Amino acid sequence: MTAKLKRGGLHLLFVLAGFVLWHLLSLVYGPEILPGPIYTAQGGYELLRDGTLLQYIGISSYRVLAGWTIGSLIAIPVGLVIGKVGPIRAFAEPFLNFIRFIPPIAFITLFLVWFGIGETSKIALILYATFFIVVLNTLTGVLSVEEDKIRSARSMGASEWQIVLHVIIPATVPYMFTGIRLAMGTSFMAIIGAEMIASNEGVGYLIWNSRLFFRTDWIFVGLISLGLMGFLTDRGVAWIGKRLLSRYGVVSTTSLRR
Amino acid sequence: MRAASKRNEIHIERLNKSYSQQASASGELHYIIQDVDLAVKGGEFFVLLGPSGCGKSTLLSLIAGFVSKTSGQVRVGEKEVERPGQDRAVVFQQADSSLFPWLTVRENVEFGLRMKRIPAAERKVISDKFIALVGLSGHEKKFPRELSGGMKQRVQLARVLSNDPAILLMDEPFGALDAMTRRTMQKELVNIWRSTDKTVIFVTHDIQEALLLGGRIGIMSPGPSSRISHIYDVPLAYPRDLSSPEFHVLHDQIQSHFEE
Repeated sequence: MTAKLKRGGLHLLFVLAGFVLWHLLSLVYGPEILPGPIYTAQGGYELLRDGTLLQYIGISSYRVLAGWTIGSLIAIPVGLVIGKVGPIRAFAEPFLNFIRFIPPIAFITLFLVWFGIGETSKIALILYATFFIVVLNTLTGVLSVEEDKIRSARSMGASEWQIVLHVIIPATVPYMFTGIRLAMGTSFMAIIGAEMIASNEGVGYLIWNSRLFFRTDWIFVGLISLGLMGFLTDRGVAWIGKRLLSRYGVVSTTSLRR
Repeated sequence: MRAASKRNEIHIERLNKSYSQQASASGELHYIIQDVDLAVKGGEFFVLLGPSGCGKSTLLSLIAGFVSKTSGQVRVGEKEVERPGQDRAVVFQQADSSLFPWLTVRENVEFGLRMKRIPAAERKVISDKFIALVGLSGHEKKFPRELSGGMKQRVQLARVLSNDPAILLMDEPFGALDAMTRRTMQKELVNIWRSTDKTVIFVTHDIQEALLLGGRIGIMSPGPSSRISHIYDVPLAYPRDLSSPEFHVLHDQIQSHFEE
Protein backbone atom coordinates (compact mmCIF):
# COMPACT_ATOMS: atom_id res chain seq x y z
CA MET A 1 0.00 0.00 0.00
CA THR A 2 2.70 2.47 0.98
CA ALA A 3 4.79 1.38 -2.01
CA LYS A 4 1.86 2.11 -4.29
CA LEU A 5 1.34 5.52 -2.69
CA LYS A 6 5.02 6.26 -3.02
CA ARG A 7 4.98 5.41 -6.72
CA GLY A 8 1.84 7.45 -7.30
CA GLY A 9 3.45 10.39 -5.53
CA LEU A 10 6.57 10.03 -7.63
CA HIS A 11 4.50 10.00 -10.82
CA LEU A 12 2.69 13.14 -9.74
CA LEU A 13 6.00 14.79 -8.93
CA PHE A 14 7.34 14.00 -12.41
CA VAL A 15 4.25 15.39 -14.09
CA LEU A 16 4.47 18.55 -12.02
CA ALA A 17 8.17 18.92 -12.79
CA GLY A 18 7.34 18.53 -16.47
CA PHE A 19 4.78 21.28 -16.32
CA VAL A 20 7.16 23.58 -14.49
CA LEU A 21 9.93 22.97 -17.04
CA TRP A 22 7.50 23.47 -19.90
CA HIS A 23 6.33 26.74 -18.35
CA LEU A 24 9.88 28.01 -17.79
CA LEU A 25 10.92 27.19 -21.35
CA SER A 26 7.87 28.99 -22.71
CA LEU A 27 8.89 32.07 -20.72
CA VAL A 28 12.35 31.92 -22.26
CA TYR A 29 11.26 31.46 -25.87
CA GLY A 30 7.96 33.34 -25.85
CA PRO A 31 4.44 32.00 -26.42
CA GLU A 32 4.60 32.22 -30.25
CA ILE A 33 7.50 29.79 -30.45
CA LEU A 34 6.65 27.65 -27.47
CA PRO A 35 3.22 28.16 -25.91
CA GLY A 36 3.28 27.36 -22.21
CA PRO A 37 0.80 25.21 -20.29
CA ILE A 38 -1.45 28.14 -19.45
CA TYR A 39 -1.57 29.37 -23.02
CA THR A 40 -2.24 25.87 -24.29
CA ALA A 41 -5.02 25.40 -21.74
CA GLN A 42 -6.61 28.62 -22.89
CA GLY A 43 -6.38 27.55 -26.53
CA GLY A 44 -7.80 24.18 -25.62
CA TYR A 45 -10.70 25.75 -23.76
CA GLU A 46 -11.42 27.92 -26.79
CA LEU A 47 -11.57 24.84 -29.05
CA LEU A 48 -13.63 22.92 -26.51
CA ARG A 49 -16.17 25.69 -26.15
CA ASP A 50 -16.96 25.99 -29.85
CA GLY A 51 -17.12 22.20 -30.06
CA THR A 52 -14.42 21.71 -32.70
CA LEU A 53 -11.98 19.83 -30.49
CA LEU A 54 -14.41 17.10 -29.45
CA GLN A 55 -15.75 16.89 -32.99
CA TYR A 56 -12.24 16.48 -34.39
CA ILE A 57 -11.25 13.93 -31.78
CA GLY A 58 -14.46 12.06 -32.55
CA ILE A 59 -13.92 12.02 -36.30
CA SER A 60 -10.26 10.99 -36.03
CA SER A 61 -11.10 8.24 -33.53
CA TYR A 62 -13.90 7.00 -35.76
CA ARG A 63 -11.58 6.76 -38.76
CA VAL A 64 -8.90 4.94 -36.79
CA LEU A 65 -11.28 2.52 -35.09
CA ALA A 66 -13.19 1.73 -38.28
CA GLY A 67 -10.10 1.12 -40.42
CA TRP A 68 -8.30 -0.73 -37.65
CA THR A 69 -11.25 -3.02 -36.85
CA ILE A 70 -11.94 -3.89 -40.48
CA GLY A 71 -8.22 -4.28 -41.16
CA SER A 72 -7.74 -6.65 -38.21
CA LEU A 73 -10.83 -8.68 -39.08
CA ILE A 74 -9.57 -9.26 -42.62
CA ALA A 75 -5.93 -9.71 -41.63
CA ILE A 76 -6.41 -12.46 -39.03
CA PRO A 77 -7.93 -15.07 -41.39
CA VAL A 78 -5.49 -14.07 -44.13
CA GLY A 79 -2.56 -14.51 -41.73
CA LEU A 80 -3.90 -17.89 -40.64
CA VAL A 81 -4.22 -19.12 -44.22
CA ILE A 82 -0.77 -17.87 -45.22
CA GLY A 83 0.73 -19.44 -42.10
CA LYS A 84 -1.02 -22.77 -42.51
CA VAL A 85 -0.75 -23.37 -46.25
CA GLY A 86 2.86 -23.75 -47.39
CA PRO A 87 2.44 -23.01 -51.12
CA ILE A 88 0.45 -19.85 -50.40
CA ARG A 89 3.13 -18.77 -47.93
CA ALA A 90 5.90 -19.30 -50.46
CA PHE A 91 4.01 -17.04 -52.84
CA ALA A 92 2.91 -14.42 -50.31
CA GLU A 93 6.02 -13.96 -48.18
CA PRO A 94 8.19 -12.01 -50.65
CA PHE A 95 5.18 -9.88 -51.50
CA LEU A 96 4.49 -9.16 -47.82
CA ASN A 97 8.10 -8.28 -47.18
CA PHE A 98 8.12 -5.96 -50.16
CA ILE A 99 4.96 -4.10 -49.32
CA ARG A 100 5.48 -3.72 -45.59
CA PHE A 101 8.30 -1.26 -46.26
CA ILE A 102 5.95 1.12 -48.05
CA PRO A 103 4.52 3.40 -45.35
CA PRO A 104 0.80 4.22 -45.53
CA ILE A 105 1.50 7.95 -45.98
CA ALA A 106 3.14 7.17 -49.32
CA PHE A 107 -0.20 5.90 -50.58
CA ILE A 108 -2.30 8.95 -49.69
CA THR A 109 -2.48 10.48 -53.16
CA LEU A 110 -3.22 7.13 -54.79
CA PHE A 111 -5.90 6.31 -52.25
CA LEU A 112 -7.54 9.68 -52.88
CA VAL A 113 -7.58 8.92 -56.59
CA TRP A 114 -8.89 5.40 -56.03
CA PHE A 115 -11.38 5.91 -53.19
CA GLY A 116 -12.31 9.60 -53.47
CA ILE A 117 -11.87 12.54 -51.13
CA GLY A 118 -14.40 11.27 -48.54
CA GLU A 119 -14.15 8.90 -45.58
CA THR A 120 -13.51 5.79 -47.66
CA SER A 121 -9.98 6.80 -48.63
CA LYS A 122 -9.02 7.52 -45.00
CA ILE A 123 -10.49 4.29 -43.69
CA ALA A 124 -8.81 2.41 -46.52
CA LEU A 125 -5.51 3.96 -45.52
CA ILE A 126 -5.89 2.85 -41.89
CA LEU A 127 -6.94 -0.55 -43.12
CA TYR A 128 -3.72 -0.74 -45.10
CA ALA A 129 -1.67 0.44 -42.11
CA THR A 130 -3.26 -2.26 -39.93
CA PHE A 131 -3.47 -5.13 -42.38
CA PHE A 132 0.18 -6.03 -42.93
CA ILE A 133 1.23 -5.77 -39.30
CA VAL A 134 -1.59 -8.05 -38.20
CA VAL A 135 -1.01 -10.50 -41.06
CA LEU A 136 2.70 -10.75 -40.29
CA ASN A 137 2.13 -11.24 -36.56
CA THR A 138 -0.60 -13.84 -37.09
CA LEU A 139 1.61 -15.63 -39.58
CA THR A 140 4.51 -15.66 -37.14
CA GLY A 141 2.15 -17.04 -34.50
CA VAL A 142 1.00 -19.88 -36.73
CA LEU A 143 4.59 -20.79 -37.54
CA SER A 144 5.52 -20.79 -33.83
CA VAL A 145 2.90 -23.34 -32.77
CA GLU A 146 4.90 -26.21 -31.30
CA GLU A 147 4.88 -29.35 -33.41
CA ASP A 148 4.19 -31.42 -30.27
CA LYS A 149 0.81 -29.69 -29.82
CA ILE A 150 -0.27 -30.49 -33.35
CA ARG A 151 1.04 -34.04 -33.11
CA SER A 152 -0.68 -34.75 -29.82
CA ALA A 153 -3.99 -33.34 -31.15
CA ARG A 154 -3.64 -35.47 -34.25
CA SER A 155 -2.98 -38.66 -32.31
CA MET A 156 -6.01 -37.89 -30.12
CA GLY A 157 -8.15 -38.06 -33.23
CA ALA A 158 -8.48 -34.38 -34.18
CA SER A 159 -9.14 -33.71 -37.86
CA GLU A 160 -7.06 -31.13 -39.74
CA TRP A 161 -9.90 -28.65 -39.44
CA GLN A 162 -10.23 -29.32 -35.70
CA ILE A 163 -6.48 -28.78 -35.33
CA VAL A 164 -6.80 -25.34 -36.92
CA LEU A 165 -9.81 -24.47 -34.78
CA HIS A 166 -8.75 -25.96 -31.44
CA VAL A 167 -4.95 -25.79 -31.54
CA ILE A 168 -3.56 -23.32 -34.08
CA ILE A 169 -6.01 -20.47 -33.52
CA PRO A 170 -5.90 -20.49 -29.70
CA ALA A 171 -2.11 -20.87 -29.73
CA THR A 172 -1.84 -17.88 -32.08
CA VAL A 173 -4.09 -15.52 -30.08
CA PRO A 174 -1.24 -13.75 -28.24
CA TYR A 175 0.50 -13.01 -31.56
CA MET A 176 -2.71 -11.71 -33.13
CA PHE A 177 -3.23 -9.52 -30.12
CA THR A 178 0.30 -8.09 -30.26
CA GLY A 179 -0.26 -7.41 -33.95
CA ILE A 180 -3.49 -5.50 -33.50
CA ARG A 181 -2.01 -3.53 -30.61
CA LEU A 182 1.03 -2.51 -32.65
CA ALA A 183 -1.24 -1.66 -35.59
CA MET A 184 -3.08 0.83 -33.41
CA GLY A 185 0.09 2.96 -33.24
CA THR A 186 0.65 2.86 -36.98
CA SER A 187 -3.01 3.73 -37.55
CA PHE A 188 -2.65 6.94 -35.57
CA MET A 189 0.41 7.95 -37.56
CA ALA A 190 -1.38 7.24 -40.83
CA ILE A 191 -4.56 9.13 -39.96
CA ILE A 192 -2.72 12.29 -38.92
CA GLY A 193 -0.81 12.28 -42.20
CA ALA A 194 -3.98 11.76 -44.19
CA GLU A 195 -5.86 14.49 -42.34
CA MET A 196 -3.05 16.96 -42.80
CA ILE A 197 -2.98 16.46 -46.54
CA ALA A 198 -6.54 15.72 -47.50
CA SER A 199 -9.20 16.61 -44.99
CA ASN A 200 -11.05 19.54 -43.49
CA GLU A 201 -11.74 18.00 -40.13
CA GLY A 202 -9.93 15.81 -37.61
CA VAL A 203 -7.01 16.27 -35.24
CA GLY A 204 -4.46 16.12 -38.07
CA TYR A 205 -6.35 18.89 -39.85
CA LEU A 206 -6.35 20.95 -36.64
CA ILE A 207 -2.59 20.64 -36.25
CA TRP A 208 -1.91 21.46 -39.89
CA ASN A 209 -4.50 24.23 -40.26
CA SER A 210 -3.38 26.07 -37.12
CA ARG A 211 -0.25 27.15 -38.96
CA LEU A 212 -2.38 29.50 -41.09
CA PHE A 213 -3.32 31.48 -37.97
CA PHE A 214 0.05 30.93 -36.31
CA ARG A 215 -1.78 29.33 -33.38
CA THR A 216 1.03 27.19 -31.96
CA ASP A 217 -1.10 26.72 -28.83
CA TRP A 218 -3.74 24.91 -30.96
CA ILE A 219 -0.97 22.71 -32.37
CA PHE A 220 -0.07 21.80 -28.79
CA VAL A 221 -3.71 21.05 -28.05
CA GLY A 222 -3.74 18.72 -31.08
CA LEU A 223 -0.55 16.97 -30.01
CA ILE A 224 -1.78 16.43 -26.47
CA SER A 225 -5.15 15.15 -27.74
CA LEU A 226 -3.34 12.66 -29.96
CA GLY A 227 -1.17 11.43 -27.13
CA LEU A 228 -4.19 10.98 -24.88
CA MET A 229 -6.24 9.25 -27.58
CA GLY A 230 -3.44 6.80 -28.28
CA PHE A 231 -2.74 6.19 -24.62
CA LEU A 232 -6.38 5.61 -23.72
CA THR A 233 -7.18 3.33 -26.67
CA ASP A 234 -4.05 1.28 -26.03
CA ARG A 235 -4.94 0.90 -22.36
CA GLY A 236 -8.49 0.02 -23.37
CA VAL A 237 -7.36 -2.63 -25.82
CA ALA A 238 -4.88 -4.03 -23.29
CA TRP A 239 -7.58 -4.16 -20.63
CA ILE A 240 -10.02 -5.96 -22.91
CA GLY A 241 -7.22 -8.34 -23.90
CA LYS A 242 -6.41 -9.13 -20.31
CA ARG A 243 -10.06 -9.53 -19.44
CA LEU A 244 -11.13 -11.78 -22.30
CA LEU A 245 -7.93 -13.46 -23.43
CA SER A 246 -5.88 -14.13 -20.30
CA ARG A 247 -6.30 -17.89 -20.67
CA TYR A 248 -4.52 -17.64 -24.03
CA GLY A 249 -1.50 -16.05 -22.39
CA VAL A 250 -2.34 -12.41 -23.13
CA VAL A 251 -1.13 -10.69 -19.97
CA SER A 252 0.65 -7.48 -20.81
CA THR A 253 -0.92 -4.26 -19.55
CA THR A 254 2.08 -2.02 -20.08
CA SER A 255 2.56 -0.31 -23.40
CA LEU A 256 4.43 -2.06 -26.17
CA ARG A 257 7.56 -0.59 -27.60
CA ARG A 258 8.81 -2.47 -30.61
CA MET B 1 -6.96 -68.66 -32.95
CA ARG B 2 -5.14 -65.74 -34.50
CA ALA B 3 -3.41 -64.05 -31.65
CA ALA B 4 -1.43 -61.95 -34.14
CA SER B 5 -4.46 -59.78 -34.87
CA LYS B 6 -4.49 -58.23 -31.41
CA ARG B 7 -4.68 -54.49 -31.76
CA ASN B 8 -2.01 -53.74 -29.19
CA GLU B 9 0.81 -55.69 -30.83
CA ILE B 10 3.59 -54.02 -32.77
CA HIS B 11 5.62 -55.61 -35.54
CA ILE B 12 8.58 -53.87 -37.09
CA GLU B 13 10.50 -55.44 -39.95
CA ARG B 14 13.64 -54.20 -41.71
CA LEU B 15 12.69 -50.63 -40.93
CA ASN B 16 14.88 -47.85 -42.36
CA LYS B 17 14.64 -44.13 -41.93
CA SER B 18 16.68 -41.50 -43.68
CA TYR B 19 15.96 -37.78 -43.61
CA SER B 20 18.06 -37.01 -46.68
CA GLN B 21 16.38 -37.47 -50.05
CA GLN B 22 19.48 -38.06 -52.15
CA ALA B 23 22.24 -40.55 -51.64
CA SER B 24 25.53 -39.02 -50.54
CA ALA B 25 28.67 -38.94 -52.70
CA SER B 26 29.53 -42.52 -51.77
CA GLY B 27 26.15 -43.61 -53.11
CA GLU B 28 24.86 -44.54 -49.63
CA LEU B 29 21.77 -43.10 -48.00
CA HIS B 30 22.46 -41.56 -44.60
CA TYR B 31 20.29 -43.57 -42.23
CA ILE B 32 19.13 -42.52 -38.78
CA ILE B 33 17.98 -46.04 -38.07
CA GLN B 34 18.73 -49.01 -40.23
CA ASP B 35 17.31 -52.53 -40.41
CA VAL B 36 15.32 -52.40 -37.21
CA ASP B 37 13.41 -55.57 -36.37
CA LEU B 38 11.18 -55.73 -33.34
CA ALA B 39 8.10 -57.56 -32.18
CA VAL B 40 6.31 -56.20 -29.14
CA LYS B 41 3.61 -58.37 -27.61
CA GLY B 42 0.25 -57.01 -26.53
CA GLY B 43 0.29 -55.63 -22.99
CA GLU B 44 4.06 -55.62 -22.81
CA PHE B 45 6.17 -52.88 -21.21
CA PHE B 46 9.02 -52.42 -23.65
CA VAL B 47 11.86 -49.98 -23.02
CA LEU B 48 14.02 -48.54 -25.78
CA LEU B 49 17.35 -47.69 -24.22
CA GLY B 50 20.19 -45.85 -25.90
CA PRO B 51 22.47 -42.83 -25.85
CA SER B 52 21.29 -39.40 -26.97
CA GLY B 53 20.99 -39.02 -30.71
CA CYS B 54 20.72 -42.72 -31.45
CA GLY B 55 17.33 -42.49 -33.10
CA LYS B 56 15.13 -43.72 -30.23
CA SER B 57 12.75 -40.82 -30.67
CA THR B 58 12.77 -41.30 -34.43
CA LEU B 59 11.74 -44.91 -33.99
CA LEU B 60 8.97 -43.82 -31.63
CA SER B 61 7.80 -41.17 -34.14
CA LEU B 62 7.68 -43.83 -36.84
CA ILE B 63 5.46 -46.04 -34.70
CA ALA B 64 3.31 -43.02 -33.86
CA GLY B 65 3.00 -42.21 -37.56
CA PHE B 66 4.38 -38.68 -37.20
CA VAL B 67 7.13 -39.25 -39.75
CA SER B 68 7.12 -41.57 -42.73
CA LYS B 69 9.57 -44.41 -43.07
CA THR B 70 12.06 -44.76 -45.89
CA SER B 71 11.53 -48.51 -46.24
CA GLY B 72 10.44 -51.55 -44.22
CA GLN B 73 7.31 -52.27 -42.25
CA VAL B 74 5.65 -51.00 -39.09
CA ARG B 75 2.46 -52.80 -38.22
CA VAL B 76 0.15 -52.24 -35.28
CA GLY B 77 -2.16 -55.21 -35.01
CA GLU B 78 -2.68 -56.14 -38.64
CA LYS B 79 -2.53 -52.62 -39.93
CA GLU B 80 0.43 -50.85 -41.53
CA VAL B 81 1.15 -47.54 -39.80
CA GLU B 82 0.74 -44.63 -42.19
CA ARG B 83 -0.47 -41.77 -40.03
CA PRO B 84 -1.14 -40.99 -36.35
CA GLY B 85 -4.09 -42.90 -34.91
CA GLN B 86 -6.09 -42.99 -31.72
CA ASP B 87 -4.86 -46.51 -31.03
CA ARG B 88 -1.38 -45.07 -30.37
CA ALA B 89 -1.16 -42.31 -27.76
CA VAL B 90 2.00 -40.30 -27.29
CA VAL B 91 3.34 -38.83 -24.05
CA PHE B 92 5.92 -36.23 -24.98
CA GLN B 93 9.11 -35.32 -23.17
CA GLN B 94 8.14 -31.66 -22.80
CA ALA B 95 4.74 -31.16 -21.21
CA ASP B 96 4.98 -27.42 -21.84
CA SER B 97 5.11 -27.85 -25.58
CA SER B 98 2.48 -30.56 -25.80
CA LEU B 99 -0.20 -29.50 -23.28
CA PHE B 100 -2.62 -26.77 -24.29
CA PRO B 101 -1.89 -23.86 -21.94
CA TRP B 102 -5.21 -22.14 -22.69
CA LEU B 103 -7.17 -25.14 -21.37
CA THR B 104 -7.59 -26.19 -17.75
CA VAL B 105 -6.48 -29.58 -16.50
CA ARG B 106 -9.96 -30.98 -17.08
CA GLU B 107 -10.26 -29.42 -20.53
CA ASN B 108 -6.86 -30.81 -21.51
CA VAL B 109 -7.88 -34.28 -20.36
CA GLU B 110 -11.19 -34.02 -22.25
CA PHE B 111 -9.59 -32.72 -25.48
CA GLY B 112 -9.66 -35.99 -27.40
CA LEU B 113 -13.20 -36.72 -26.23
CA ARG B 114 -14.34 -33.29 -27.34
CA MET B 115 -12.82 -33.86 -30.78
CA LYS B 116 -14.95 -37.01 -30.98
CA ARG B 117 -18.02 -34.96 -29.96
CA ILE B 118 -18.72 -37.03 -26.86
CA PRO B 119 -21.40 -35.30 -24.75
CA ALA B 120 -20.21 -33.18 -21.83
CA ALA B 121 -21.75 -35.34 -19.11
CA GLU B 122 -20.04 -38.43 -20.43
CA ARG B 123 -16.76 -36.55 -20.85
CA LYS B 124 -16.88 -35.51 -17.22
CA VAL B 125 -17.27 -39.09 -16.00
CA ILE B 126 -14.25 -40.17 -18.03
CA SER B 127 -12.06 -37.20 -17.13
CA ASP B 128 -12.95 -37.55 -13.44
CA LYS B 129 -11.80 -41.15 -13.56
CA PHE B 130 -8.43 -40.47 -15.17
CA ILE B 131 -7.70 -37.28 -13.25
CA ALA B 132 -8.22 -39.33 -10.09
CA LEU B 133 -6.08 -42.17 -11.48
CA VAL B 134 -3.08 -39.89 -11.95
CA GLY B 135 -3.68 -38.25 -8.56
CA LEU B 136 -4.76 -34.80 -9.71
CA SER B 137 -8.22 -34.63 -8.13
CA GLY B 138 -8.83 -31.12 -6.85
CA HIS B 139 -6.67 -29.54 -9.55
CA GLU B 140 -9.24 -29.80 -12.38
CA LYS B 141 -9.70 -26.07 -12.76
CA LYS B 142 -6.02 -25.14 -12.78
CA PHE B 143 -4.14 -24.17 -15.90
CA PRO B 144 -0.91 -25.98 -16.82
CA ARG B 145 1.20 -22.94 -15.87
CA GLU B 146 -0.02 -23.31 -12.30
CA LEU B 147 1.30 -26.87 -12.04
CA SER B 148 4.72 -28.35 -11.28
CA GLY B 149 6.63 -30.37 -13.88
CA GLY B 150 5.53 -33.69 -12.41
CA MET B 151 1.89 -32.63 -12.30
CA LYS B 152 2.05 -31.55 -15.93
CA GLN B 153 3.29 -34.98 -16.94
CA ARG B 154 0.38 -36.47 -14.97
CA VAL B 155 -1.97 -34.29 -17.02
CA GLN B 156 -0.37 -35.59 -20.21
CA LEU B 157 -0.82 -39.15 -19.01
CA ALA B 158 -4.48 -38.61 -18.04
CA ARG B 159 -5.08 -36.83 -21.34
CA VAL B 160 -3.95 -39.79 -23.42
CA LEU B 161 -5.49 -42.45 -21.15
CA SER B 162 -8.93 -40.85 -21.45
CA ASN B 163 -8.92 -41.78 -25.15
CA ASP B 164 -8.39 -45.42 -24.21
CA PRO B 165 -5.49 -46.11 -26.60
CA ALA B 166 -4.19 -49.67 -27.05
CA ILE B 167 -0.60 -48.48 -27.06
CA LEU B 168 1.24 -45.82 -25.07
CA LEU B 169 4.33 -44.33 -26.68
CA MET B 170 6.39 -42.43 -24.13
CA ASP B 171 9.36 -40.30 -25.11
CA GLU B 172 11.56 -39.74 -22.03
CA PRO B 173 8.53 -38.35 -20.19
CA PHE B 174 10.31 -38.14 -16.83
CA GLY B 175 13.63 -36.82 -18.14
CA ALA B 176 13.00 -33.25 -17.03
CA LEU B 177 11.76 -34.11 -13.53
CA ASP B 178 13.71 -34.00 -10.28
CA ALA B 179 14.89 -37.35 -8.94
CA MET B 180 12.24 -37.74 -6.26
CA THR B 181 9.31 -36.84 -8.49
CA ARG B 182 10.70 -39.11 -11.18
CA ARG B 183 10.77 -42.06 -8.77
CA THR B 184 7.14 -41.48 -7.77
CA MET B 185 6.04 -41.16 -11.38
CA GLN B 186 7.85 -44.36 -12.32
CA LYS B 187 6.06 -46.27 -9.58
CA GLU B 188 2.70 -44.88 -10.54
CA LEU B 189 3.23 -45.57 -14.22
CA VAL B 190 3.93 -49.22 -13.45
CA ASN B 191 0.76 -49.39 -11.34
CA ILE B 192 -1.34 -47.79 -14.05
CA TRP B 193 0.13 -50.04 -16.71
CA ARG B 194 -0.47 -53.17 -14.62
CA SER B 195 -4.12 -52.26 -14.11
CA THR B 196 -4.70 -52.09 -17.88
CA ASP B 197 -3.82 -54.24 -20.87
CA LYS B 198 -2.02 -51.47 -22.69
CA THR B 199 1.25 -51.93 -24.49
CA VAL B 200 3.87 -49.39 -23.48
CA ILE B 201 6.93 -48.38 -25.45
CA PHE B 202 9.08 -46.21 -23.24
CA VAL B 203 12.14 -44.35 -24.51
CA THR B 204 14.91 -43.46 -22.08
CA HIS B 205 18.68 -43.10 -21.79
CA ASP B 206 18.64 -43.96 -18.10
CA ILE B 207 19.60 -47.59 -17.40
CA GLN B 208 18.12 -47.57 -13.90
CA GLU B 209 14.82 -46.23 -15.20
CA ALA B 210 14.80 -48.89 -17.91
CA LEU B 211 15.31 -51.61 -15.28
CA LEU B 212 12.67 -50.19 -12.95
CA LEU B 213 10.02 -50.16 -15.65
CA GLY B 214 10.64 -52.55 -18.48
CA GLY B 215 9.57 -56.13 -18.98
CA ARG B 216 12.03 -56.16 -21.86
CA ILE B 217 14.73 -53.69 -22.73
CA GLY B 218 15.91 -53.06 -26.27
CA ILE B 219 19.38 -51.56 -26.52
CA MET B 220 19.91 -49.24 -29.43
CA SER B 221 23.37 -48.90 -30.89
CA PRO B 222 24.82 -45.39 -31.18
CA GLY B 223 23.72 -43.53 -34.32
CA PRO B 224 23.86 -43.01 -37.22
CA SER B 225 22.49 -46.17 -38.79
CA SER B 226 21.29 -47.20 -35.37
CA ARG B 227 19.51 -50.48 -34.74
CA ILE B 228 18.36 -52.60 -31.82
CA SER B 229 21.52 -54.51 -30.99
CA HIS B 230 20.37 -56.50 -27.93
CA ILE B 231 17.16 -57.29 -26.17
CA TYR B 232 17.20 -58.09 -22.47
CA ASP B 233 14.45 -59.85 -20.58
CA VAL B 234 14.00 -58.46 -17.11
CA PRO B 235 12.74 -61.40 -15.05
CA LEU B 236 12.23 -59.36 -11.90
CA ALA B 237 8.88 -58.91 -10.16
CA TYR B 238 7.23 -55.49 -9.77
CA PRO B 239 7.77 -53.32 -7.83
CA ARG B 240 11.44 -53.64 -8.66
CA ASP B 241 13.95 -53.64 -5.85
CA LEU B 242 16.85 -51.33 -6.63
CA SER B 243 19.08 -52.93 -4.02
CA SER B 244 18.64 -56.55 -5.10
CA PRO B 245 21.72 -58.37 -6.47
CA GLU B 246 19.86 -59.40 -9.65
CA PHE B 247 19.15 -55.75 -10.36
CA HIS B 248 22.85 -54.93 -10.09
CA VAL B 249 23.92 -57.79 -12.33
CA LEU B 250 21.54 -56.67 -15.07
CA HIS B 251 22.53 -53.06 -14.57
CA ASP B 252 26.23 -53.89 -15.05
CA GLN B 253 25.50 -56.09 -18.02
CA ILE B 254 23.58 -53.34 -19.79
CA GLN B 255 26.11 -50.73 -18.74
CA SER B 256 28.84 -52.68 -20.53
CA HIS B 257 27.17 -51.90 -23.89
CA PHE B 258 27.77 -48.22 -23.46
CA GLU B 259 31.35 -48.29 -22.25
CA GLU B 260 33.44 -48.82 -25.34
